[in-house]
Amino acid sequence: MSIARPVVRTGGLVAENKEAMNPSLSQTARKEGAPSFWSLTWSTLAKDIRLEWRSKDALNAMIFFSLLVVVIFSFSFDPNAEESRAIAGGLIWVAFLFASIVALNQTWARELRNQVLDAYRVSPAPPTSLFLAKALGNFILVTVLEAVMAPLFIAFYNLRALGPAWQLIPVAVLATWALVVNGTFFAAMSLRTRSREIMLPLLLFPISIPAVQSMVEATRIILMGDGSARFDIVLLLTYDVVFTTASLGLFETVLHAE
Amino acid sequence: MSASAIPAAPAIVTVSNVVKQFGRFAALRGVTAEFDAGRFHVILGDNGAGKTTLLRAIAGLARPTRGEISIAGKAPHDACRELGYMAHPSLLYDEMSAMENLRYFARLYGIRGRVDGGLAEDDLCREVIRAVGLDPELARPVGQYSQGMRQRISLARAILHDPQILLLDEPFSNVDVHSAREMVALLSSMRDQGRTIFVVTHQPSLLEGVADEFIWMEAGQIVDRTASCANRGTRGRE
Repeated sequence: MSIARPVVRTGGLVAENKEAMNPSLSQTARKEGAPSFWSLTWSTLAKDIRLEWRSKDALNAMIFFSLLVVVIFSFSFDPNAEESRAIAGGLIWVAFLFASIVALNQTWARELRNQVLDAYRVSPAPPTSLFLAKALGNFILVTVLEAVMAPLFIAFYNLRALGPAWQLIPVAVLATWALVVNGTFFAAMSLRTRSREIMLPLLLFPISIPAVQSMVEATRIILMGDGSARFDIVLLLTYDVVFTTASLGLFETVLHAE
Repeated sequence: MSASAIPAAPAIVTVSNVVKQFGRFAALRGVTAEFDAGRFHVILGDNGAGKTTLLRAIAGLARPTRGEISIAGKAPHDACRELGYMAHPSLLYDEMSAMENLRYFARLYGIRGRVDGGLAEDDLCREVIRAVGLDPELARPVGQYSQGMRQRISLARAILHDPQILLLDEPFSNVDVHSAREMVALLSSMRDQGRTIFVVTHQPSLLEGVADEFIWMEAGQIVDRTASCANRGTRGRE
């Protein structure tokens, strides 16, 4: 078994064709084993981040959308500081929820071009690894969006937490995961429907209502200094565990559905 | 249906009474066939005859509505390491280079780095890209390749994990004659090394003298199996 000889490059195609189309590929090269779940997840995640970094399709659209929400609402209302604190939780999370739809649609649209998803489906890689990588990729995107938009929300609405500000961190992490885990799952479900951009919010928003209520209420409590947000944090955690488990369990069926 | 003129070899793919329906449309209507190991099978037929659906069913991408498919005694998905699938679309990420694409797909198959004198993952990807007649150092994203180059990289992806069975859906479409003949020579050599090859094509003349069997499909059924694509001309009118 030999590797093909050195070739002369002619704009991509090799010139020395008789040798170039060499079928005697090294048998020893194919050292296949059961691919590790986490290394597969990391490979898919790294690939998605690379593709997003090159195109910036989802991130740019999400940031501009959120920016519009912040600016339009700040001109529409002229709330005093107290009113701002009361409504900011709702505004922030609704903006992130709508903006995340862009990323969620983009995640799977990329796999539909050239039917690349079929290449994954015929491979021995586990479907749950694909799902987890996609959900983590969306989590990173929405987290970047939140990091960019949070200072703007604070500036435009003159926000200051009267309660324990550190609790905003678990609220943000759990709320973001709640948005993306369901979103990734339902975006995959609506993949083969004709109007999937419309279908995703129709499926996602109703099922996100409990999580949205908890994240908005927790943020309001922390900003208003209105007691402890612990109850809503536990609710978010429960929601995340339930829907992550359900999504992982059902994803194989969704992936192989025709 | 006529018997193939090929000497008997062990069947590696068995299709038993397979029906595949899309709503009310039956793309496959009770297909039953055995395909021998180490042979070059060419599937022919008009558009809508069920060629691609049969190939996708063997690949495990289209679950039969009725009937069974067995790959060396296993269900298609359990035999996925033995299957290499090349579809009409490229199954590649347009935004990534050939090397980046193949590196990702190598990982999906658990192809690791240098072990027991084997090639490192990157060396293997380079070798496979060279094997299909392309330059592995080409940094351009696949989306900027010509259609023929994309077909070659698509073939490279399909053979990357050294499958025993290759399922190729129209591999020569939009490929110039010279490149197509090179691809045929590569496939022929792979068959000579013992791989089983299925090619769906509308260009059977390219495979005359190379393929072992021509399978003719009409309206979701296999209607003939011949050793030469010319035979069908007379047999079909009988």
